[in-house]
Amino acid sequence: MSFEIKNPKDKYDVVIVGSGAGGGMTALILAEAGLSVAVMEAGGDFDPAKEEYRTQMRWPWESPRRGAAIHRPFGDFDAAWGGWEIDGEPYTRKNGTSFDWFRSRMLGGRTNHWGRISLRFGPKDFKRKDQDGLGDNWPISYEDVKPYYDKVDKLIGVFGSKEGMENEPDGFFLPPPKPRLHELYVKKGAAKLNIPVIPSRLSILTRKINNDRGVCFFCAQCNRACQVYADFSSSTCLIKPAMKQGTVDVYTNAMVREVLTDNEGKAAGVAYIDKKDLSDKRIMARAVVLAASACESARILLNSRSKYHPDGLANSSGMVGRYLHDSTGTDRMGFMPALTDRDIYNEDGVGGLHVYTPWWLDNKKLDFPRGYHIEYWGGMGMPSYGFGFNMDTMRKYLTDNLGNPSPNGGYGKALKNDIRRIRGAMVGMSGRGESVPQYDNYCEIDPNTVDKYGIPVLRFHYKWTDYEVRQARHMHDTFEEILTGMGAVLLGTKPTAETQYGLLAPGRIIHEVGTTRMGDDPKKSVLNRYAQAHDCSNLFVTDGGPFVSQADKNPTWTILALAWRTSDYIVEQFKQKNI
Amino acid sequence: MDRRENLKWLISGSLATGFLITTGCKETSPEVAVSLPAYGRTPEETLHDSKIMAEQFFTEKERKTIEILCDIIIPADEKSGSATDAGVPDFIEFMMKDYPQFQLPVRGGLMWLNNECSKRFGKEFIDCSESDRMLVIEDIAWPDNASPEMSQGVKFFNLMRNLTATGFFTSEMGIKDLGYVGNRPNEWDGVPEEVLKKHGLSYDARTLEVCLKMEERNKIAAWDEYGNLIRT
Repeated sequence: MSFEIKNPKDKYDVVIVGSGAGGGMTALILAEAGLSVAVMEAGGDFDPAKEEYRTQMRWPWESPRRGAAIHRPFGDFDAAWGGWEIDGEPYTRKNGTSFDWFRSRMLGGRTNHWGRISLRFGPKDFKRKDQDGLGDNWPISYEDVKPYYDKVDKLIGVFGSKEGMENEPDGFFLPPPKPRLHELYVKKGAAKLNIPVIPSRLSILTRKINNDRGVCFFCAQCNRACQVYADFSSSTCLIKPAMKQGTVDVYTNAMVREVLTDNEGKAAGVAYIDKKDLSDKRIMARAVVLAASACESARILLNSRSKYHPDGLANSSGMVGRYLHDSTGTDRMGFMPALTDRDIYNEDGVGGLHVYTPWWLDNKKLDFPRGYHIEYWGGMGMPSYGFGFNMDTMRKYLTDNLGNPSPNGGYGKALKNDIRRIRGAMVGMSGRGESVPQYDNYCEIDPNTVDKYGIPVLRFHYKWTDYEVRQARHMHDTFEEILTGMGAVLLGTKPTAETQYGLLAPGRIIHEVGTTRMGDDPKKSVLNRYAQAHDCSNLFVTDGGPFVSQADKNPTWTILALAWRTSDYIVEQFKQKNI
Repeated sequence: MDRRENLKWLISGSLATGFLITTGCKETSPEVAVSLPAYGRTPEETLHDSKIMAEQFFTEKERKTIEILCDIIIPADEKSGSATDAGVPDFIEFMMKDYPQFQLPVRGGLMWLNNECSKRFGKEFIDCSESDRMLVIEDIAWPDNASPEMSQGVKFFNLMRNLTATGFFTSEMGIKDLGYVGNRPNEWDGVPEEVLKKHGLSYDARTLEVCLKMEERNKIAAWDEYGNLIRT
């Protein structure tokens, strides 16, 4: 499960830790500039085009657990090798607080199974402090990142529609797919409330963008990773072309434990555990780029203690691990009487939502400071484990042609038929919002615990504030309004203050960022505006760590754009012989 | 099983990868072939599945009871076969081992059922007549009308209903029954016109204008400098 590296080099120009969105983009841009690159991946090789890894276009019965999420958190066919818990790789939590940390140990990391929601941050997202006085502004603006968003759109491909909304910048879009039936109901219901519902923006190729990647054939299975590379994952769209340049070596099963520094405190390479034989190895390089994920990169820095960097590398500010923040999230479901007894047709579509709601309100008129977007789900997708459940409470929503409801529960032919009738009648919505980054939400090194490789593990301390809790309450009010407006029966009960209005634990949305934030003041930030460490000029971070604030957008498109921008800067530093 | 039969089994299934596990339980051959599905499993997952597939959870009597319950819940009808026709008991057997939290409620629930039958008819469930069995099932199958002293039985039957229904409708027979026509290359060009009409819905002009047209899918995309997709 690993690449054979024919001629490992004694020293590379750059060693990159991580092969996800940030690492993949960095590898590609540096390789195209002719630099020699080592990419360190803690997991195994992965390529969805290879039959041995393929979960796409499988039937539920091919899994003995029918796709149940018993071992893989997003179901048995999901592409992620990992999850919130990994055997032998623990993490801990401090003072009864919560944080759940999702890791995928595989080439391409979490990009293999993510939702492909590819939203640009808008001009306001980079300058939140200017608007509400909370947190900090980014040291850069939308105008600095825009050219890179444009390039990412064209290189990788994203569908969407030009809407001209100020804080939802338009890009170079491929045409979006038409809405599904339940999505038309969502549009209709939301329109009554003046809530916008627009085509979603997903990095899925509805049209070809080059001859290396195929075009979407509408199986709705992007989370299983696409064998024709019609969706974006770092392994297929970045690492693969980077390796074609001929200057990139990918080391799989290489668990980096620290950044090595030289006599002057400069980064000199990395030390890693080769998982194949549990030996401790080294890779030397002129520059080091961390792209191991916000928390893993912070862990590596904090574990890289030396004479010059006694508190961990690049941590003279004490900010490494601080300002950790995830998106907020909560969900609600409804039952659509109008969508029972449906006509059968192939409604799979692309992998995910065809429409979504961008943030549409003014926080100055609300009791919480930051916005959220809404994702919608439903439809006649492929039945999987869980389909047919809950007829003990759901069956009563079915009525016969005289309007008499079916009894809950039961058995036999009538039950069997009611399960057929209920298929495709469920709709749901998920709010995903921006939290306010807090100094007191952080990860640090646990003094008492190591993982199975002997590497000290992270300990998390994270609490939501009233800002996020009030936002979740607002989400649920909105969900009920939209569901009711579209003619749905509300399922379950509205969560209350006791459960923080259904606000999911931090880490559950898997948008954690901010642990090595950028800024102009070396006392308050880890990195400068190019994601170069203030304390160490040949060390860079290109994952979600540099984010100052997360916006109510998914982070991947911004990770990609910033990684490209930093990579251009690194190439320039090599040209000027600063590295 | 002799070795040749063994090999044949290994080679035959196009979806199944053969996996040989040495168990030493057969005197003639130490190898028992377990047919393991191959669908992008990691080595750890393959090991886990092969281990639990070689184990047996239900006793013969339990298994028989499960089969009867499955077919009460999902019987054959004019459209498709029954739960046992679709292999649901095998699925339930697997789930007991894959998700051990099911073991106590299912095994205990089967015992509850036997205790109840014993109280009423002096026999275990499988030894009861069909009509006697159904008297007990009727008392636990309708959660909203069941008497409070049946609550544990209701809970057990709810679980059996869930597992049987999901096992059936995720089987090849169940998927065919539902008429699911996806999981294959498709051209998604929106909801069929007649369905839209039935629901009183339509695509507005702007949606039709911006959305994908099937004939352009394979043309390499290009944009003008303002990000407008060039559509010809």
